[in-house]
Amino acid sequence: MSILIKGGRVIDPANGIDDTLDLLIQEGCIAQVGKNLNAAGAEVIDAAGLLVTPGLIDMHVHLRDPGQEYKEDIVSGTKAAVAGGFTSVACMPNTNPINDNKAVTRYIVEKAKAEGVANVFPIGSITKGLKGETLSEMGDLKDAGCVALSDDGRPVSDGEIMRRAFEYAKPFNLPLISHAEDLSLIGEGVMNDGFVATELGLKGVPWVAEDAATARDVMLAEFTGARLHVAHVSTKGSVEIVRAAKKRGVKVTCEATPHHFTLTEEAVRGYDTNAKMNPPLRTAEDVAALRQGLADGTVDAIATDHAPHHLDEKNVEFNVALNGIVGLETALPLSLALVRDGVFSLVDMVTKLTVAPARILGIPRGTLSVGVVADVTLIDPELKWTVEAAKLHSKSKNTPFNGWNIQGAAVRTIVGGKVVYQR
Amino acid sequence: MSFRHKHILGTEQLSREDIELILDTAESLREINSREIKKVPTLRGKTIVNLFYEASTRTRTSFEIAGKRLSADTINMTASTSSVTKGETLEDTAKNIQAMKPDIIVMRHSASGAPHYLAQRVDCSIINAGDGAHEHPSQALLDLLTIRQRKGRLEGLTVAIVGDITHSRVARSDLYAMTKMGMKVRFCGPGTMVPPGIERLGAEVFTDMDDAVRDADVVMMLRIQLERQGKTLLPTLREYARLYGLNPARLALAKSDVIVMHPGPLNRGVEISSYVANGSRSVILNQVENGVAVRMALLYLVAGGDHSEA
Amino acid sequence: MASNETVILDSAGIGRALTRIAHEILERNKGTEGLVLIGIRSGGDHLARILGQRITQIEGEKIPLGTIDITMYRDDLGSRGSLPLGKTEIPFPLDGRKVVLIDDVLFTGRTIRAAMDALVDIGRPKNIQLATLIDRGHRELPIRADYVGRNVPTSREEKILVEFAADNNPVEVRLVKP
Repeated sequence: MSILIKGGRVIDPANGIDDTLDLLIQEGCIAQVGKNLNAAGAEVIDAAGLLVTPGLIDMHVHLRDPGQEYKEDIVSGTKAAVAGGFTSVACMPNTNPINDNKAVTRYIVEKAKAEGVANVFPIGSITKGLKGETLSEMGDLKDAGCVALSDDGRPVSDGEIMRRAFEYAKPFNLPLISHAEDLSLIGEGVMNDGFVATELGLKGVPWVAEDAATARDVMLAEFTGARLHVAHVSTKGSVEIVRAAKKRGVKVTCEATPHHFTLTEEAVRGYDTNAKMNPPLRTAEDVAALRQGLADGTVDAIATDHAPHHLDEKNVEFNVALNGIVGLETALPLSLALVRDGVFSLVDMVTKLTVAPARILGIPRGTLSVGVVADVTLIDPELKWTVEAAKLHSKSKNTPFNGWNIQGAAVRTIVGGKVVYQR
Repeated sequence: MSFRHKHILGTEQLSREDIELILDTAESLREINSREIKKVPTLRGKTIVNLFYEASTRTRTSFEIAGKRLSADTINMTASTSSVTKGETLEDTAKNIQAMKPDIIVMRHSASGAPHYLAQRVDCSIINAGDGAHEHPSQALLDLLTIRQRKGRLEGLTVAIVGDITHSRVARSDLYAMTKMGMKVRFCGPGTMVPPGIERLGAEVFTDMDDAVRDADVVMMLRIQLERQGKTLLPTLREYARLYGLNPARLALAKSDVIVMHPGPLNRGVEISSYVANGSRSVILNQVENGVAVRMALLYLVAGGDHSEA
Repeated sequence: MASNETVILDSAGIGRALTRIAHEILERNKGTEGLVLIGIRSGGDHLARILGQRITQIEGEKIPLGTIDITMYRDDLGSRGSLPLGKTEIPFPLDGRKVVLIDDVLFTGRTIRAAMDALVDIGRPKNIQLATLIDRGHRELPIRADYVGRNVPTSREEKILVEFAADNNPVEVRLVKP
């Protein structure tokens, strides 16, 4: 079975390609990239006017499987992924049971292989039970298929444990993904600490809660020489800390989410629980800093922190609503909006959604090199559509973007040489 | 003019004209409260549900008396705060109450925004009787009525509000209402109890209470939650009383015709000394009395209002 | 004045009518003993004040004067919206008094019903009498005035306007055709 994608704008940052080319897929792999390709018997896709990119990679999702399948599972989560143009996702370990052992990792890997429509790369926990007390068996986790380690959502408070985690993870070359927040500074906060919180009478999460934790983890990475990836950077200060650390040669990377570079704390007005997330939506100044970080390369990757929650967990008073939103199906158009805003180039955007996360996670994805597995996304950057929460492929509909008119979408998503999504 | 608000969720939503209408209406209604038969038939056949998720004897009683004096059927429902895992959700409670077809729900809840949530899900009017640290509009309106009675005006007066501003819904509602009426609002409290950005809402922030009180026309003391002592916000009540308590010496810094207010209940000897609370400048009991009139006015205006611009 | 308006009582006419009513009140009640005047806001309260002055001129006695706002006793809340409230000021006990209720225009009788309800909530008068400057008919309740300035046959669609000057003294009464 061959597919010949003709006449699209092929963007493959890893190979420095940005040109109108044809792309041939044979036996699940990239066979040829070039002008005027022909292949007898191949299914021909006319890609004129479309972008042809490596399959997008979301290095930060919550698939809720095992344990909370009422919110999402590997099947629905990967369907949402491919609908958003993502061919690979890396899933966080805060499942039930927690992915702190090879049995859970294997379950995820096996189920994804059998039933998922996208590639799933599990992220194991740094500490057992996400309790921040004892290190997980990182060697086992790596062998079973984990590509990184994180106590996402329940950051490791104890500095000593985090130091040892870096030291222990280093020989496995597994990055530690830090959800950088000082829990004691979060307290009972439910939104960004500042003017809007004051007005709404809601308890605030100050930026220093994130910056202090980012600084600590950056210092520990520097101290140990191990690899750190800072998840969902949301503050101006954290961007600056990472930028300075990179200059010093610290092995640090970081990601930003579409909601943090698109929305501000103003979205909380009206007590919209779909604007409640952790870290919280920040100020316009933070959004500008995040965009600057994306532009100058401080922010390496775009990741969604796709966090499905059931209606019953969101349709409640603001301070008891759970944190997080679904993001897989809106990330691409929101990223394209930054290209239109002149924040970064299209090639930069594709980099941050493909080869950059692939390199951070060390996975053989994110390029269109001849011979690699054919994960390819065809994007219509001009397509205008309206977000309808009810029509999302995810089981959960918790999006703050419901009703938004946005532009750009994946029109075909190809995983391992097979078209798994067509718009 | 007629009243166009279906719900009273906060003083933020009210215009100066709205506030004047409410105060004038309340002023007229005070006469009923001095009669032998303290009842008029205005809201006969209307059902008012007092839905209280937080214990608040005085606000609930005040609303209940207000409703009864207008001949409405008032029903009290007390409920424990909902959570995702236990108990009935707020939405289910809302739907259940809705099914009983009340005309007005008076709601008190520990979560900021809970009355806004309810207002989006029921057909009847919602009056916010205090939501979290957000708003407590009827308290602010009774404060204004009390000040207007004593001072004969509102415009140009300076009010010092002292205490835990961060956690005070009274402070926020007063700030919105008072600035709309052309009053100057000073906030004063420990550094841990003044929320960020509050000056952007029009308040002047003081950390020294003497400065805050100096030449004020009104001094309003907020109730300090005693359980905050020894936690992160406050070392001791002793020091709090010394730095932020209202005593006769401090009160002497204010204008000679200053009035002293407190939304109650009082912590005597903490935020206010008994000499001041019982003294001639205190209008604390007038506030309570005006509370009934203001709540009658709100119920009357909401029940009969033209909600075309709800 | 618009072409669809007719003056049916001028200032002098109003004065004469009020003087006559003052005499009738005194005659019926055999003097001022126990007599109080209560005007219905707004209009009736101004007329009550003038009636009180007339009675004082005739008898040399001041009689208690009160005003009543009947908004809270209306039976049409909701259909008319929340009307602005006036103050009720009756600074004397009503128990055992002979109350003359004064309104400017008597129409359906609903205002008088509301005023009587309000009065009995405030006290227990010996009796309640009704004085009105204009009776325009169209009663919806079994209510009849004891003292009438002028009976004016009207159609339902017409309006009666009693105009007061800035000093609250009546200027004229006009009939307005639709």
